[in-house]
Amino acid sequence: MTRETREVAVPETVLPPDPAASNTSLRALLHGLPGVDEVGAKERAADLATRSIKTGAKARAIDLAIRMIDLTTLEGADTPGKVRALSAKAVRPDPDDPTVPSVAAVCVYSDRVAAAAEALAGSGVKVASVATSFPSGRAPLEAKLADTRLAVADGAAEIDMVIDRGAFLAGDYRAVYDEITAIKEACGDAHLKVILETGELATYDNVRRASWLAILAGADFVKTSTGKVAPSATLPVTLIMLEAVRDHYAATGRRVGVKPAGGIRTAKDALKNLVLVNEVAGDGWLDPDHFRLGASSLLNDLLMQRTRLSTGTYPGPDYYTLD
Amino acid sequence: MEEQADPIFEYAPAPESRAVVRLRSSYELFIDGEFTPAESGERMATLNPADEEHLAQVSVAGEPDVDRAVAAARRAFEGAWGAMPGAERGKYLFRIARILQERARELAVLETLDNGKPIKETRDVDIPMVAAYFFYHAGWADKLDYAGMGPAPRPVGVAAQVIPWNFPLLMLAWKIAPALAAGNTVVLKPAETTPLSALVFAEICQETGLPPGVVNILTGAGATGRSLVGHPGADKVAFTGSTAVGREIARSVAGTDKRLTLELGGKGANIVYDDAALDQAVEGVVSGIFFNQGHVCCAGSRLLVQESVADELLERLRARIERLRLGDPLDKNTDIGAINSAEQLERIRELVRAGDEEGAESWSPQCPLPEKGYWFAPTVFTGVTQAHRVAREEIFGPVLSVLTFRTPDEAVAKANNTPYGLSAGVWTEKGSRMLWTAERLRAGVIWSNTFNKFDPASPFGGYKESGYGREGGRHGLEAYLVHAA
Repeated sequence: MTRETREVAVPETVLPPDPAASNTSLRALLHGLPGVDEVGAKERAADLATRSIKTGAKARAIDLAIRMIDLTTLEGADTPGKVRALSAKAVRPDPDDPTVPSVAAVCVYSDRVAAAAEALAGSGVKVASVATSFPSGRAPLEAKLADTRLAVADGAAEIDMVIDRGAFLAGDYRAVYDEITAIKEACGDAHLKVILETGELATYDNVRRASWLAILAGADFVKTSTGKVAPSATLPVTLIMLEAVRDHYAATGRRVGVKPAGGIRTAKDALKNLVLVNEVAGDGWLDPDHFRLGASSLLNDLLMQRTRLSTGTYPGPDYYTLD
Repeated sequence: MEEQADPIFEYAPAPESRAVVRLRSSYELFIDGEFTPAESGERMATLNPADEEHLAQVSVAGEPDVDRAVAAARRAFEGAWGAMPGAERGKYLFRIARILQERARELAVLETLDNGKPIKETRDVDIPMVAAYFFYHAGWADKLDYAGMGPAPRPVGVAAQVIPWNFPLLMLAWKIAPALAAGNTVVLKPAETTPLSALVFAEICQETGLPPGVVNILTGAGATGRSLVGHPGADKVAFTGSTAVGREIARSVAGTDKRLTLELGGKGANIVYDDAALDQAVEGVVSGIFFNQGHVCCAGSRLLVQESVADELLERLRARIERLRLGDPLDKNTDIGAINSAEQLERIRELVRAGDEEGAESWSPQCPLPEKGYWFAPTVFTGVTQAHRVAREEIFGPVLSVLTFRTPDEAVAKANNTPYGLSAGVWTEKGSRMLWTAERLRAGVIWSNTFNKFDPASPFGGYKESGYGREGGRHGLEAYLVHAA
């Protein structure tokens, strides 16, 4: 059978929707994604958590995990002094061991960016700032944009924004999308991490949809949580977000990063996350440019396990700095 | 799969220690509470299929040994065990279950050595499930009045039980736990290639002080099994294994007053509708056919996928299969272990050759196979039609046949178009379609958005050539009980 090539009047409806066209087309797109079976997703994450990472593989994974950390302090009590101390630790996590790599970034509130930028200047460690009225996101868009612009102006190379979960849960995907694109524009050259706050999204289907929404709106990273809401980063949630960036990469060639944050406290937790990255998204994501761990106490446990691997003994927590 | 492309995070070997297992150089039969040599003195070797290492010698039971074992079981049934109140029988079963848990690590390593399956599976699936079956049935021992068979149902008597090599200790548990809970005594023959865990189970029976003769273990090959199921002293025959042997047993039992249950082969269909949760469906398909190297009677060996998502699903499936780690079964990160025997490996090869010759297209990930031992790479056949041998015959290996369908009616028709009827899986996010499909499938177990889930409380068994009778749950007890007069 041969078919003649000719101009045919195609009805509008058969064309794929422009993602940003309307709330309806966004809804059609997000609800057209394959569903997530909760039992199966948990089972897969639990199965991967049984991987046993030993000796040389463990040593390499620990150093990789350190390089992926966004060392975070997000407290009302944060002072410039606290931020400087954390920055020193970020650059040189173990004062006694220069072979320990620096972490990826220091993550602070927007009014602490200047202090962090000063302390980290020339170190290669980036400054990341939460913005957009973190953690609730309940503020007028103008305030969120100003928050973002000021953080960038003060030296933030990365902005961690929160999505409007109220709008998302109400099905107003367009509002969420528009806000992300507006913040993205305000970021200029700074990288944008979009926090989904998965602990408030209630279902894994929503985690997948919110991931895609953020990715389509231009996110450089999708991030699980603020750390202020329980549960924060769980393995199944990270698994689903990794599937989203993997599928998006296969479709477009753009590699969006993933950042689980909150609740990752031990080296074992970090290794489980790296196994997920390795087996779900693939080694293209095994890099601080594409995977981060938002954490604070995790770093000391990684340092302790690192020393134990090289010396055979645990030095004890007092040998690591508390910042 | 390019392993070298992943130098950042290549997992180092993580072998489970063999030190927990003390292998003896040879093992005797277990009759009347004692280990005793076969009268003929005949022995056979059992190997580690992962490297063909000789593990141990075991006795080969002949007819005189079968006579002794059946007589011991009869004495126990008419003596201490038969007279024992159910609550007391239950205590023995609870004790067995607890010791199984205490020795779980040892049993997991032993099972992996003798069978070739990954330690991940023996450690996380086989052995925990074995203990669970004993715990579950221990609870039934003093509650048989509520088994739906009238007040005070009676045990059948002496059960002759023959089990396969794919889940050696788990199949033993499926057979022995309900038989003992119901008050029967047993003579059990483990498979020729996997006798060791059953012999350690015999030690556990001694350790619990189980009265002599209640459990007898006879090792051997086909001839031993034949004389056991054909023995006139057996009241009940229970067999799990191939349909060919099941037929032979059914013929030998015909015309006697023996009761018979058969759990035979399968060619299970995994039906994936276009609205399925695709990533989890891929997991289910992988576990359905590659769990235990596909040595599973209820394996999802046929994938029926709706045409509209076939390409997308297969792409995800291939990417996932490339992630499977094949190799040393004792390595904690191994997903696919060794094929159990040279004979089984040859059967898999023969059927895969037939698939190639009949025009189906085969695909396997690039995965180097160990030089020694029995190995077969995960294989996916596409372009399979209902007429191909790989769509009709049970391969019992890591080989998946992919067929497509367009409508739910076609899916059900193709799924049921097999002489077997043991298992099926259905994948859809739409509840009404799930129920519509499940109602029409002729299979003993139908999994909804999952696969290969087992529970002691759930009956398991087949339609058609997959056998008859049920194991597990209340239904499974019926095979070992006689209605009160």
